[in-house]
Amino acid sequence: MPEILKNDGIDRLIIKSTQEGLPVTARPYHVIAERIGVDVCTVMQRINTMQEAGIIRRIGVVPNHYKLGYRANGMTVWDIVDERISELGQEVGELDFVSHCYRRPRHLPEWPYNLFAMVHGYNRNTTEQYIDYIREILGDAVRSYDVLYSTRLLKKSGLRI
Amino acid sequence: MNITDKQIINYLQSGFPVCEHPFAVISEKLGLTESELISRIQLLLDKGILSRFGPMFNVEKIGGMYSLVAMQVPVADMERVTAIINQHPQVAHNYERDHKFNIWFVVALEAGKKLSTLLETIEDQTGYLTYNMPKLDEYYVGLKFNA
Repeated sequence: MPEILKNDGIDRLIIKSTQEGLPVTARPYHVIAERIGVDVCTVMQRINTMQEAGIIRRIGVVPNHYKLGYRANGMTVWDIVDERISELGQEVGELDFVSHCYRRPRHLPEWPYNLFAMVHGYNRNTTEQYIDYIREILGDAVRSYDVLYSTRLLKKSGLRI
Repeated sequence: MNITDKQIINYLQSGFPVCEHPFAVISEKLGLTESELISRIQLLLDKGILSRFGPMFNVEKIGGMYSLVAMQVPVADMERVTAIINQHPQVAHNYERDHKFNIWFVVALEAGKKLSTLLETIEDQTGYLTYNMPKLDEYYVGLKFNA
């Protein structure tokens, strides 16, 4: 386990007690402090340290994008020549309609795609225009591609550790 | 959802202060009272417009891991298989997609826990293969959803 979580288990307790979310009450860090039996300054310090270390990416809200009107959410998947994937993945990831962009392993022969980019639009038409734009960027580095639209959210919960 | 709710959502996607009265700090910036902000956030959570409020953890930094896993399941068997997958607390989210590979779920594992063990369990319980697609590289992402 990394150094940062060795400290008397307090970080772990903070993580455990906030993985369902932060209490929506005037002094949320006090509530956490009471739950785990340490003072509030310690809780806030540890949270700041975890944020600096990247253990906490950020604190804030996660909207349900369907409910915000993003109805056409396509997982675009591309078979890109290996030599160019880093450069092109970077370019695609920077587009403002792409929320996640990763390189992942192929599973040949059924799954030839190694670049995944999540594209979000209010409707299919817009999303398809975004996808055409990506296709132009990728140019002749693409051997084939596909788009998988989500049809149903089967589960969404916070992280459990 | 009104304009104030939209402002709250857009504002709070980029961060939340760590101090004794964090809602008071934000409410001042948004021109609301502290209690108004708190009750609006709670309502947005209750309505499911927000799926989470709080810290977002990166399990990889504490020795854990994520992966994306795909399955091909006949439509007639979807409900049974979904119920089996979703009962595992390590499954953070799960989407049905219109493709031969129609189930896609994300797993978040604690340090020391084996992904292969979980996937073997799911294969045994469901009778279908799992296709493990962990990320090999992550590219810069900038999107925030506009409310």
